[in-house]
Amino acid sequence: MFTESSPRRTLTQRVLGSSLVDLLTGPHGVDRYTEIVKPTWTLGEARAEVVGVAHDTPRSVTLTLRPNRAFTGFQAGQHINLRLEIDGRRVTRCYSPASSQHRADGLIELTVGHHDGGLVSTFLRDHARPGLVVGLDGVGGDFVLPAQRPARIVLVSGGSGITPMLSMLRTLCDEGHTGEVVFVHYARGAAEASYREELAAIAAEHPNVSVLHGYTRETEGSDLHGRFSAHHVDTTGAAVFVCGPPALVDAVREHCPDAHSESFVPPVFVIPANPSGGRIAFAASGVEATDDGRSLLEQAEAAGLTPQHGCRMGICHSCTCRKTSGAVRNLITGAVSTAAEEDVQICVSAPVGDVELAI
Amino acid sequence: MPTDKITLTDEQFDALGAELDALKERTQADLGERDTTYIRRIIKAQRMLEVGGRAALMASIFPPAWIAGTAMLSLSKILDNMEIGHNVMHGQYDWTGDPALSSRTFEWDTACPAEHWRHSHNYMHHTHTNVMGKDRDIGYGVLRMSEDQPWRPYYLGNAAYATLLMLGFEWGVALHDLETERIASGEITLRDKLDMLKAIGKKGRRQILKDYVVFPALGGPFFLPILAGNFVANLVRNIWSFAIIFCGHFPDGTQEFSEEEAAGESRGQWYFRQVLGSANLTGGKLFHILSGNLSHQIEHHLFPDIPAHRYADMSVEVREICERYGIPYNTGPLPKQFGTVVRKIWRLSLPDRLRFRRPELVAA
Repeated sequence: MFTESSPRRTLTQRVLGSSLVDLLTGPHGVDRYTEIVKPTWTLGEARAEVVGVAHDTPRSVTLTLRPNRAFTGFQAGQHINLRLEIDGRRVTRCYSPASSQHRADGLIELTVGHHDGGLVSTFLRDHARPGLVVGLDGVGGDFVLPAQRPARIVLVSGGSGITPMLSMLRTLCDEGHTGEVVFVHYARGAAEASYREELAAIAAEHPNVSVLHGYTRETEGSDLHGRFSAHHVDTTGAAVFVCGPPALVDAVREHCPDAHSESFVPPVFVIPANPSGGRIAFAASGVEATDDGRSLLEQAEAAGLTPQHGCRMGICHSCTCRKTSGAVRNLITGAVSTAAEEDVQICVSAPVGDVELAI
Repeated sequence: MPTDKITLTDEQFDALGAELDALKERTQADLGERDTTYIRRIIKAQRMLEVGGRAALMASIFPPAWIAGTAMLSLSKILDNMEIGHNVMHGQYDWTGDPALSSRTFEWDTACPAEHWRHSHNYMHHTHTNVMGKDRDIGYGVLRMSEDQPWRPYYLGNAAYATLLMLGFEWGVALHDLETERIASGEITLRDKLDMLKAIGKKGRRQILKDYVVFPALGGPFFLPILAGNFVANLVRNIWSFAIIFCGHFPDGTQEFSEEEAAGESRGQWYFRQVLGSANLTGGKLFHILSGNLSHQIEHHLFPDIPAHRYADMSVEVREICERYGIPYNTGPLPKQFGTVVRKIWRLSLPDRLRFRRPELVAA
């Protein structure tokens, strides 16, 4: 099955992955030949072909992806690091699929909200076409439903935060979940509310699912008045999930402190008032810098280096590299890690004293 | 060595450095899809030539198929090593973020492990270009390529060693970093180089297994013609890359430098040394591609991490800058440049005093 953690390898995969083929295609490896026939024919790298592009709302684009066999699936609520190339340069962004993790045809649906001036969201809105090949550089996140599905579930989303919630809802429906599910979605107005018809169809088909819309600007057709407040939905005894702008997440968590949450907006780092002033050694490059309190990635770039990176917000792990000595503080959690020889995410780590990195 | 070495004032060096820096920055700012499209087209051509060549060799009982297969495989190996391998490993495409184009991970189709080459070539050779005692590309530790290397009777075999190096160039490059002459002189022991030797053995074994055992075996009754085709393809690549690389720094007119001359130099002086120590080759577009654009050796040494297919355009400006500063810009067709290299190899095999007494040998 598509979501099995270790899918059985086909005969073709076993032949192509054999050590004999590796020797014959050395030193480049078999993928560098098969990808020339078809870019998604890779054993080692999960890639997907765009098979559908829909512009359902003015501020979003919905892509349907057909992943290759190297992709090993996701759980509803997780995000996928989507990689594409813009003007010759790789860029990676995290998007949560909106589709069910059990979707029978194996396709993945991503809805990308457009940000003004956003490099990737603008590119996808204007240039995504069927046939475009993208990379699926890993799946992550622990914003998922408990394996034992709760009896009562409330899913709250705002704006483009709808995608992981819809994925959870569709997954629960595919599993034949019979417990009550309340789906609450906030948007600026009906025109910007993604998946409106889809949600109505799900609610009509499943008596245990109810859908509520809250429109905060163009209020016509809104089921709820204004922004989130406690009387919008009864959360008694429910497992609550919320995804959206920080203000929504904060409001829900104030009402139900146990709510599982995810915010799509990059966290604002609190830069320590007193940078440690320690010595940062970028050992492999032979470059040194004096800590100014910013993230190691920013300080490496300021020193003229170009470390690999993706999201710059601690999600995609593209920037992960080996810290050979010293302590770092996680800028999101504030946790200080002192272990020698550990992998750190340099985009969200700042030095605490002297640090040596293998870049 | 020319006695009338040209030089510039410190102000001129700074101005030269600023002009060349500006050219580099302008080109860097323009890098984009055009460059990834270009290198991927070359990679696609190389992979198709390789698959086509190996397939044709499977039918090599027919002489035309053997010739076509060997030719395609030779071209594939040349493209792989020169325009793709050499240039990708310089970091010319690191800005793309594509691991298949990354200098840190690329491996090439030769006996030399990429990791060693990145050190000996990218760092030692490119930083210390033509500096005696630092740049091990001067003679690869076995040849006498400069009057500054004192003559010894050993060098009577200079031309023979050069021929052997040419025929087995991939192994010469692989063993380059072993510093065999320092081992021979007792300065270091083989034990110091054990890890390096193991890595060369591992890479070399797989290359030999691939070209001389497994692919021929797949051809069954055509084992020998396939083996011969693979051998010739490796040989053609060796001779070609030797010729191109030796034309980069050793034709008449290129200069060597002492460690004192290179010590504490400014960026402008470093650029100046790169131009004086390098020589270009003239030719058509295909020739430039097959040379890995090392036919623009001067531009390559000025801007080693700029995608090499840009050098042709950049060379117009570099040449104009050099003319303005009165810096000699050494360029010529391959037969002429290689001819002067061969003459130098023969000339330097003899002791200097003998050479000066019998000048007719110089012209030989």
